[in-house]
Amino acid sequence: MSRSLTHSVFALLFTFFGVAGLYVFLSADFLAGVQLLIYVGGILVLLLFGLMLTNRITTVKISQGRVNRFVGGLASLGIFLIIGYVMLTSHWNVVNKPPAEDTIEAIGTALMTNWLLPFEVASLLLLAALMGAAMMARRGDMGGESE
Amino acid sequence: MNHLEVYLIIGAILFSLGLFAVITRRNAIAVLMGIELILNSANLNFVAFAKYSSVNLDGHVFAIFVIIMAAAEVAVALAIVLNIYNNLNTINVDDASTLRG
Repeated sequence: MSRSLTHSVFALLFTFFGVAGLYVFLSADFLAGVQLLIYVGGILVLLLFGLMLTNRITTVKISQGRVNRFVGGLASLGIFLIIGYVMLTSHWNVVNKPPAEDTIEAIGTALMTNWLLPFEVASLLLLAALMGAAMMARRGDMGGESE
Repeated sequence: MNHLEVYLIIGAILFSLGLFAVITRRNAIAVLMGIELILNSANLNFVAFAKYSSVNLDGHVFAIFVIIMAAAEVAVALAIVLNIYNNLNTINVDDASTLRG
C-alpha cells in the first residue's frame, strides 16, 4: 500500500509471482503457467497501461489518498480473524494423494468433457467483454453518430 | 496444522489485504488491483483444496474459469475507467457519482 501507484503495481507483480510459486508447490504446473501468462503478461500490463493513460501529472492530480482507514482496517482484520478461526478449527478431510505428474492432459480432458458448456460460455464471455471494451475505449463517438 | 491450512491462511491474508485496498483506496485502478488480489486468494483456495481433497482436478478447472473472468473483468473495467477519465477528468471513484440518485 505504497503512496505511489506505480510502486503498487510492481508490488502486485511480485505477489503474482509468489502465487505462481505456490501453485508450483501445489503441483499445479499448468495453472502456474497460466498465472504467469495471463496475470503478469496480460492483466498487469493492462493495469500499467491504464495507470499511465490516466496519470498525466500536468493535467490532473492523481488521487492516491486513502479514506476510511480505520473502518477498512477493522473490517478486513475482522474478516481475516473470522476466516482464520474457521479455517483453523474446522476438521478438513485431508487426503494425501501422490502428486500429479502432468496436469495439462487431465485438465484438457476435463475441459472437453465435463466442463464443455462452461468452457463455451467462457469463450462467449471473453468475446463479448473484448468487443465491449473496444467499443467503450474508443474516443468520441459514444452514441455511434456524434462523430 | 497441516499443509492445507497454511495455504488457506495465505489465501485469507491475500483476501484481507485485497479487501483493505478496495475499501480504503479511492483511485479506480487501485480498487481494481484489490479485486485482483481477492480473486487470486480464491484461486489459491481452489487449488489447495484440489490437491488436499479427494476430488481430482475440478479445482484447477474452476481456477481457470476464475482467471478467464478476471481477464474479461479487468478489460471492461479499464475501458470504463478510461471513459470516466475522458469525460470527468478524474478517476476517483467517489467523484464519479453522476448516476447516484
